Amino acid sequence: MTEYNFAYLDEQTKRMIRRAILKGLAIPGYQVPFASREMPMPYGWGTGGVQVSAAVLTPSDTFKVIDQGADDTTNAVSIRTFFQRTAGVATTTATSDATVIQTRHRIPEEPLHEGQILVYQVPIPEPLRFLEPRESETRKMHSLEEYGLMHVKLYEDIIRHGHIATSYAYPVKVEGRYVMDPSPIPKFDNPKLRDMAAIQLFGAGREQRIYALPPYTQVVSLDFEDHPFEASKADHPCGMCGATDSYLDELIIDDIGGRMFVCSDTDYCEVRQAAGHKGKDAA
Amino acid sequence: MTPLLSVQGITKRYGPHIGCADVSFDLYPGEVMGIVGESGSGKSTLLNCMAGHLTPDAGQVVFDTRTDGPRDTITMSEPERRMLGRTDWAFVHQHARDGLRMGVSAGGNVGERLMAVGERHYGDIRDKATDWLGRVEIDASRVDDRPTTFSGGMQQRLQIARNLVTGPRLVFMDEPTGGLDVSVQARLLDLLRGLVRDMGLSAIIVTHDLAVVRLLADRLMVMKLGRVVEAGLTDQVLDDPQHAYSQLLVSSVLQV
Amino acid sequence: MYVAVKGGERAIENAHAWLAEERRGNTDIAELSIAQIREQLSLAVNRVMAEGSLYDPDLAALAIKQARGDLIEAIFLIRAYRTTLPRFGASEPIDTGIMACDRRISATFKDLPGGQVLGPTFDYTHRLLDFKLAADGEVPKAPSRDAETGTVPHVTEFLNREGLIEEAPYDDAPPPDLTREPLEMPSTRALRLQALTRADEGFTLGLAYSTQRGYGRNHAFVGELRIGSVPVEIDIPELGFPVEIGEVILTECETVNQFTGSKTEPPQFTRGYGLVFGQTERKAISMALVDRALRWEELGEDNVGAPAQDAEFVLYHADNIQATGFLEHIKLPHYVDFQSELELVRKLRREAGAQQLQEAAE
Repeated sequence: MTEYNFAYLDEQTKRMIRRAILKGLAIPGYQVPFASREMPMPYGWGTGGVQVSAAVLTPSDTFKVIDQGADDTTNAVSIRTFFQRTAGVATTTATSDATVIQTRHRIPEEPLHEGQILVYQVPIPEPLRFLEPRESETRKMHSLEEYGLMHVKLYEDIIRHGHIATSYAYPVKVEGRYVMDPSPIPKFDNPKLRDMAAIQLFGAGREQRIYALPPYTQVVSLDFEDHPFEASKADHPCGMCGATDSYLDELIIDDIGGRMFVCSDTDYCEVRQAAGHKGKDAA
Repeated sequence: MTPLLSVQGITKRYGPHIGCADVSFDLYPGEVMGIVGESGSGKSTLLNCMAGHLTPDAGQVVFDTRTDGPRDTITMSEPERRMLGRTDWAFVHQHARDGLRMGVSAGGNVGERLMAVGERHYGDIRDKATDWLGRVEIDASRVDDRPTTFSGGMQQRLQIARNLVTGPRLVFMDEPTGGLDVSVQARLLDLLRGLVRDMGLSAIIVTHDLAVVRLLADRLMVMKLGRVVEAGLTDQVLDDPQHAYSQLLVSSVLQV
Repeated sequence: MYVAVKGGERAIENAHAWLAEERRGNTDIAELSIAQIREQLSLAVNRVMAEGSLYDPDLAALAIKQARGDLIEAIFLIRAYRTTLPRFGASEPIDTGIMACDRRISATFKDLPGGQVLGPTFDYTHRLLDFKLAADGEVPKAPSRDAETGTVPHVTEFLNREGLIEEAPYDDAPPPDLTREPLEMPSTRALRLQALTRADEGFTLGLAYSTQRGYGRNHAFVGELRIGSVPVEIDIPELGFPVEIGEVILTECETVNQFTGSKTEPPQFTRGYGLVFGQTERKAISMALVDRALRWEELGEDNVGAPAQDAEFVLYHADNIQATGFLEHIKLPHYVDFQSELELVRKLRREAGAQQLQEAAE
């Protein structure tokens, strides 16, 4: 693929994206419109994340891609291969070794450190979208901080279900100002957004928006005083590594309803297993 | 005494057609102003100009804000005006559907303004919503029901509760009893009169129904073809109309 | 025994190899050439050029071949290729008045300067399967005559002379560029037209049809439909004058629509406009109807809540590459989100069950 520029996008486009990223970092949680390009993968499959990664990658970076926490799901493989081919950067599955991590739907279990960049793929960047379908109106609501409607939704959840019935893409408020969609991560991951040492960048290709959280940003999950936000996960240890603090995938292992729970973060699980931790289902 | 609202020279044209022309008046705290006229008289245009839903071509709408004293709300920035719209101002639409969220429970409808100004305790919000439903004579057991399941009169009372829950200082009402059955109208009027009296509300009510202003308004303006043709104390205007058009209005209602 | 799922990479490679084999089909059958697709499936090529926003019949034919005839997939290939191309400049506005027309019809005037030219149209064919084509596609040469030279005036100009149709004000401002700037609302007409010209044909057709059936009705006549080639000129700064760099085939549709007039303006017809790459008349007519419906505000019409009047709705959903990508992304793994929903539903059911038990006990 020598006919393409480093990391696929031309330098003009990358500059445009970097400007959007810098603006996003300067106004945490604000959705910056950017002229998203058609990428060689479909919209909705991480084109926003891919464009952000392309704009921040340098030849000396080490790149990791996860989808659902795993390095080896098909879309993660496809995006990793794309950058191997177009940027020739080193890739890794080890969270701690990566300088840029592109993710879909998870934040790695291992705390990230300064100097790392976490790039999220975002399908619908607008947290108010399902309350108000009109972009011109939601932008006005953000600019005027009219967020009452967001709490009306949570209120309605409680009267119907007794709880706030949002389990992923749980809305947050950033630095007391912008309400933001953290992408469809499980709400279990929400507390990790706050005060993270790494830079967090969010790219929505189809919807043409970039937003960002600089390191150590205050991020609060929306809730009521008497119905506080609760990060939740399946109440089991990991069947493979025995971890009790990680987010778990549920697997159906036979046709009589047998189940097991394993870490969704494959790197975290493997590192623990290598260190000798063993769950009840491990060989 | 500073007027709560001081309207000066409001003019709104639609092309060559006059919506309303050169309307001025002061509204003092605790006062209820009625604006009457036939449809097309410009009363709704005037109301929408005052409430910030329409931009007038000329004139000022000066409101005595809590923090900065009298301010012209027309030249105010949109965030400030929208802030007023969810705190000190309230707007009761003729059709409850325009003023309610039909897909949200009654409690959520009443609670929205509370949440918009920062209330974050579910239990408190719900209690206040329930209390307000009681004050507008809606049974507390309906707090989780959607307004789609309510009768027209109940929807209108719910809209009123939703507007008054944050204790606004000025309420704009656009034909609040329009479109309701006569018996339902009477009950709503009675309720409104009680609320206005108990809360010491200041209000501007636009209506074509003289019975509404007779019951609620301290003062009255009669509009015709976009202009105020007569203004004064309600009883005075209704009992002894000076302008030929006011006389016609009053006599027509008397015949009904 | 659970083994962490590995080998995604190999699965993908194998899938790609199989795809390539399926694309080729039975190797006893001769392979299609790009030239064959370009020449014999030219309307498919035109659609791919129009919605791919790239005028290159050979690349479009290649994309169709690679996409196994899936035109949206082919459009996607063209778009992804196009986005990386450097930009050397922008052409001068093309002049459709000097179009060398293959087809030019008006539904509003029986005869007019320049004449009615049917051109290569399906319009009056009987849609009967032609089994001769199954055996032998060779056809006798069609009769021909010398092409008309000179400009062909637009029908709307005749109406304009009498003041019967709204003026289309001349606007020298460079139009916004949808492919280089994010789509922002409210949109200008130039931006809407740009979005519509590359919009999905089916979506545009459906919207246009809905206006005819009363969802934002604007009573359109095809004032004129013309298809033909126009020269493209580019201004070379060093030369100081524009130079012709080639020709493109375009379809242009101007509709004449009813308008009742207002207190200040006497009744006048209004306009809808469609301009699309290639011979793509269904799309161009649809575009003109949708363009007209979207102009309700500027023309002081009522918004009746019709989908075709809603610029946000139309523009945000008209792009088939965006739509197909997002639609198909639900095939991707969503284990994590689904797991969190599973847990929530289980928790709510558990609590509801406990409450019922308690009520039963009381």
